[in-house]
Amino acid sequence: MKISRRKLIVTGLTATAGVSSLGVAAHLAQKYGLVPPDHSGIYGPGETLTYASLRLLTRNSLAREFSRSQISKRPVPNEVAPFSDEFKRHQAAGFVDWRLSVDGMVERPTLFSLAQLKSYRSHRQITELACEEGWSYISEWNGIPLSYILDFVGAYPQAKYVVYYSIEPDWWESIDMADAMHPQTFVTYGMNGDDLPIANGGPLRIRLPRQLGYKSVKFLTRLTVTDDLKKFGKGLGSVSPEEGYAWYAGV
Amino acid sequence: MSTLGSAHVPLESSVATESVAPAKPITARHSVLVRLTHWITTVCFFALVVSGAEIVISHPRFYWGETGNVLTTPLFKLPIPSSRHLVPTGYGYVLPDQNGWSRALHFQTAWVLVLTGFVYLLGGVLTGHFRKDLLPGKADLSWGRFASVIAHHLRVGRPGVAEIWSYNVLQRLTYLFVIFGLFPLVIWTGLAMSPAFDSAVPATVALLGGRQSARTIHFFVSMALVLFLFSHVVLVWRAGFRTLVRAMITGQTDTHKGRIG
Repeated sequence: MKISRRKLIVTGLTATAGVSSLGVAAHLAQKYGLVPPDHSGIYGPGETLTYASLRLLTRNSLAREFSRSQISKRPVPNEVAPFSDEFKRHQAAGFVDWRLSVDGMVERPTLFSLAQLKSYRSHRQITELACEEGWSYISEWNGIPLSYILDFVGAYPQAKYVVYYSIEPDWWESIDMADAMHPQTFVTYGMNGDDLPIANGGPLRIRLPRQLGYKSVKFLTRLTVTDDLKKFGKGLGSVSPEEGYAWYAGV
Repeated sequence: MSTLGSAHVPLESSVATESVAPAKPITARHSVLVRLTHWITTVCFFALVVSGAEIVISHPRFYWGETGNVLTTPLFKLPIPSSRHLVPTGYGYVLPDQNGWSRALHFQTAWVLVLTGFVYLLGGVLTGHFRKDLLPGKADLSWGRFASVIAHHLRVGRPGVAEIWSYNVLQRLTYLFVIFGLFPLVIWTGLAMSPAFDSAVPATVALLGGRQSARTIHFFVSMALVLFLFSHVVLVWRAGFRTLVRAMITGQTDTHKGRIG
């Protein structure tokens, strides 16, 4: 097969343009926060494409809200590992000493009591919780937007992520600031007007209706505001990628 | 049969000809575009079916409407064990959780498949592939023609000479249905299961009647695609596996030897 000079030049130019545009794309993606912390490994390209495109598409979009009549009769009490002694102590005491600590890149690190959180104006959303396994239910979630808490403690403008922890060991996740400041990202303490049942994450659960259920960590005790996820765990953003699940769970 | 249609891509190397050389110019049976996207799609489809099945195992129950879970009545259940304790299956054991890699593989492969699909659609329009190779001629769209194609299949079991270079009307309609019906539907119902995508385009899920309906349709369309794949492979095998697979790999085919005819 003969390769003409013209074909060689065209192929060379195309390849060069391809490689350099990939480089430019990677640089821009990094600059605009479109690269997820779990972007390495064989599934990194897929995770990155999904996160980048959905981050661009959904920066301000709202999860669907439903009418009261669509609320599921019974919310699903999903299985959790046996409770730790620490949780059982709180449960026995009626959660009066439950605290939410907020630290990291904030002007005023704060410890919130449950009573304090409930004293702020309560917000609600009727949204669907969808599990990665396939099932789902709709309920009303009562609580306050996470953005209110972040404003209250004075999150630094250079903050990029909020890391959040369950009281149960090895259960933590993180979200980018677009999700953290989103009006439907709640710290919830109630469901359908009552206290949030323990089976559904009570007394305190974070709630992100635009991501699958596993990002809505139960038994919330701590928020850490940061600009670098490498310092947390294995540096993949949350415990999910360490177990083979995606950090970004918008799909 | 139908008109002789094929993408006119000259072969780089010359075909070794025997005494009975075809009288027309030597062209590829399938264009590079068709061959490349065919095999990328094949690999993707296999990965999607395997990972999709693994994901289904974590909740082998299907529902209709917006919500559905172990506390609601399913539309139907698959009679298989599950990888979650939560699901009552009737089996006394729980399978290991494979959802992590399955989901990652499913979505990464979906990206490759969708991008390949775009290339195929764009190339198919530009090269006239859809018009020449897949759109049936007006004369072919009659019950009589359908009957004669089916009768030929039943009687002979192998395609006639014309079909070495062109698809018959049933093939054309089936491929069009798969390309413009099943694949778009499986992508749509898949997207409808993304809570983030739904927040941006709520109609994606609303038009399907809810999240659980989307999941159930996704399952059925996937089954239809598996059924298509199965019959596709059986028919290729019956028509001359080596010849047809070679044509889809190298583009070359021959009219003067092999079992076709």
